[in-house]
Amino acid sequence: MTRTETGPPPAVAPATAVEPGPRGEPPAWARLARRLVEANVAVVTVLALFTALVIGAILITATTPSVLHAWSQVGSAPGHAFYVTGATIGDAYGAIFTGSVISPSALGHAISTGRGWTGAFNPISETLVKAAPLILAGLGVALGFSTGVFNIGAQGQLIAGAIAALYVGFAVHLPIGIHLPLVVLGGAAGGAVAGFIPGILKARTGAHEVIVTIMLNYVFLDLLTYLLTSRPFQQPGQSNAISRTMPATARLPHLFGSTLRANLGFVIALAAALAVAWFARRSTLGFSFRVIGANQRAGRTAGMDVRRVTVLVLVISGALAGLAGTVTLSGTDFFLSTGYGGNIGFDAITVALLGRNRPLGVVLGSLLFAALDVGGASMQVATGIPIDLSSVIQATIVFCIATPMLVRELYRLREAGGGSIQLFMKGWSS
Amino acid sequence: MAMNHPPVPETAPRARRGFVRSRTLAALAAGALSATSIAVGVASASTHLPSSGRRAPRVAHAGGFLACEVTDTGGINDESFNESAYNALKAAKKVDPSISYTYLSSTSTSDYVPYINDFVNKHCGIIVTVGYDMADATAAAAKKYPGQKFTIVDYEYTPTIKNVLALHYDTNQDAFLGGYLAAAMSKTGKVGTFGGQDIPTVTIYMDGFVAGVRYYDKINHAHVVALGWTPAAKRNYASGSFAGTGLFTNNFTDQGLGKTDAETLMAEGADVIFPVAGAVGLGAAAAVKQAGPGHYMEWVDTDGCISAKQYCSLFITSVTKGIVPSVETAVLAAAHGTFHGGNYIGTLANNGVSISPYHTFASKVPAAVTKELAKIKAGIIAGKISVDPNSYPAS
Repeated sequence: MTRTETGPPPAVAPATAVEPGPRGEPPAWARLARRLVEANVAVVTVLALFTALVIGAILITATTPSVLHAWSQVGSAPGHAFYVTGATIGDAYGAIFTGSVISPSALGHAISTGRGWTGAFNPISETLVKAAPLILAGLGVALGFSTGVFNIGAQGQLIAGAIAALYVGFAVHLPIGIHLPLVVLGGAAGGAVAGFIPGILKARTGAHEVIVTIMLNYVFLDLLTYLLTSRPFQQPGQSNAISRTMPATARLPHLFGSTLRANLGFVIALAAALAVAWFARRSTLGFSFRVIGANQRAGRTAGMDVRRVTVLVLVISGALAGLAGTVTLSGTDFFLSTGYGGNIGFDAITVALLGRNRPLGVVLGSLLFAALDVGGASMQVATGIPIDLSSVIQATIVFCIATPMLVRELYRLREAGGGSIQLFMKGWSS
Repeated sequence: MAMNHPPVPETAPRARRGFVRSRTLAALAAGALSATSIAVGVASASTHLPSSGRRAPRVAHAGGFLACEVTDTGGINDESFNESAYNALKAAKKVDPSISYTYLSSTSTSDYVPYINDFVNKHCGIIVTVGYDMADATAAAAKKYPGQKFTIVDYEYTPTIKNVLALHYDTNQDAFLGGYLAAAMSKTGKVGTFGGQDIPTVTIYMDGFVAGVRYYDKINHAHVVALGWTPAAKRNYASGSFAGTGLFTNNFTDQGLGKTDAETLMAEGADVIFPVAGAVGLGAAAAVKQAGPGHYMEWVDTDGCISAKQYCSLFITSVTKGIVPSVETAVLAAAHGTFHGGNYIGTLANNGVSISPYHTFASKVPAAVTKELAKIKAGIIAGKISVDPNSYPAS
């Protein structure tokens, strides 16, 4: 069914749609207008977000008692029903925005009085905190996808990274300048080891990485559960399943003062995005990753070592996930328990998909997802509309991105001439 | 499917292209509308904030008291302490309708701090947190906001914190009664227990259960064996360490594991099963039901004939923990200005822990056993009967 989607772009016949310019080219405005109605990356992404907001608005309308009440009396006061609906939807989305980016009035208040800066910038700070591990794990998953390797084990790898980072954190005593980098490296190494296992199994025995990485998620979660109740990981004096805490020398410094939780973890995430972008586009090894991702046989024919690349991509992917586990541990949580990491490893898959496996896309997608999570909680507190609305919006966005033809049909867009949507995802049986 | 048609050819009727354009315009217009809507929302949300005075008093819900719960990563529908604490908020509202309540469900440990902060900013009258996982986050927030009242379920602070009421429960006391009753009802001479995880809030139940079985053997010269938990012979009982070895699912949600563990215990001859694993116990109930007549259970935490009605006919009793009444009391105290921080211990004496009515077993439990249980309860309250399993010889 998708043959036409992934096939070569169609001939440039549509160019004659508009009056040719003096040199046979359509004028700039016409090219822009054409870009706006074709299914290119930007248009589909914006429309996916738009579709998600519309579906969210419908859900709010259908489930909020005050709105339903207003509609039940639409006969006597039709204007009121529309007003209540609009106000409720506006309040909800407004609360997501003020809860995740910035609250204009709090900012104004801080500017006029010189106080309360923390409150004004706390929402954006929380979004950065939440985005950092998502970016890192998402980069790892995206790198795998674009090489044709499906790493579903980011969750396990980030737990492995966190365990290693915690160990380096409490077992070693050094000044912060040496200790912190060691902790971060330790976390990356822990994740890398966890990625090496499925890598070597696939390279040596052909074991499918999807199965192995999924199963390893359970292995690392159970390993964590075991370690939490045994020495030396368990917190001394505690018989609960909770770990020792990170010493001060193993904690990531705050970026904007001690009252805002935004920390160096976000900078690490951005640096990793740059590094991955450079690696994938500029390095020889990254080139062989891409070639093998596009066509394994071609890569092998060109003399590339497919096995080596398979192992390496999972090691790097795991190291990035390990870093994700480390920035949360060293940046905000400072301890491990069975609830550590939440869903980051799985959200990372979504974010990689949303970002179309490109580093910049992953960064932007993670920021969007983090903002929806953080803002969703504020929305629930402020308006009583459940945070699940955020999940619906996230899911709808991904659904639209994953099925671009749906968006194209829904909005009657043209098929893109060049730069069309191609997910670098080959069949699961590859 | 329609997706397979080629791109709209240039020879397509103009009407079609006009349609394309108008649809796109409509979408853009709707987009602009929704952007406006968001802008209005941002503006209106902003008006909720104080415009002058840094600590301007704000009442979150006009004239009311707001009780707020932050769950641990189990979520609000965990069929365990998170849900019980939430039920307590509902119960408090029934007593005092001016109380309103809300909650936030944590999905990871990273959510605790921001969620507590969200509620501090919302000016909640009391913030309810749940479990040892949140103990550090709660203590840190309590220190940062000394005027904010907190209560935490299933934890104990030493030293105590003046604006936090820490609630914990000596569930080995009622589990002792449950163990005695299980031993009295067993025909095979074997009873079994298993836990969700090897943590004190779970093993304290198993410990009391085994102690109750051993006590039954001692005073009745019987030889009922408790499977699934072996208390360590040497341990520091007074410090709250319930060390030992036993059967654990290491999971509080996968009912399949509960089924397997219950089947294992029954295969070894147990005919009364006491799962201490939240929703995993439902899997055990399914296994017990499948095993047929002569196999029974005791439920944990809440009255099983209310929380797991479908299996009521299997439950001899339930070994309950009074999270609902104690959280409800804390909320009402905070709402009425009688709140005091510190530690609260639920015991048989203050009804903070208890075994539930027999329900369908009312006619099956011998009157002599019920009478003996009342005596034991009085003995535990008076401190005459020890609930430490090491006080009695193991069969």
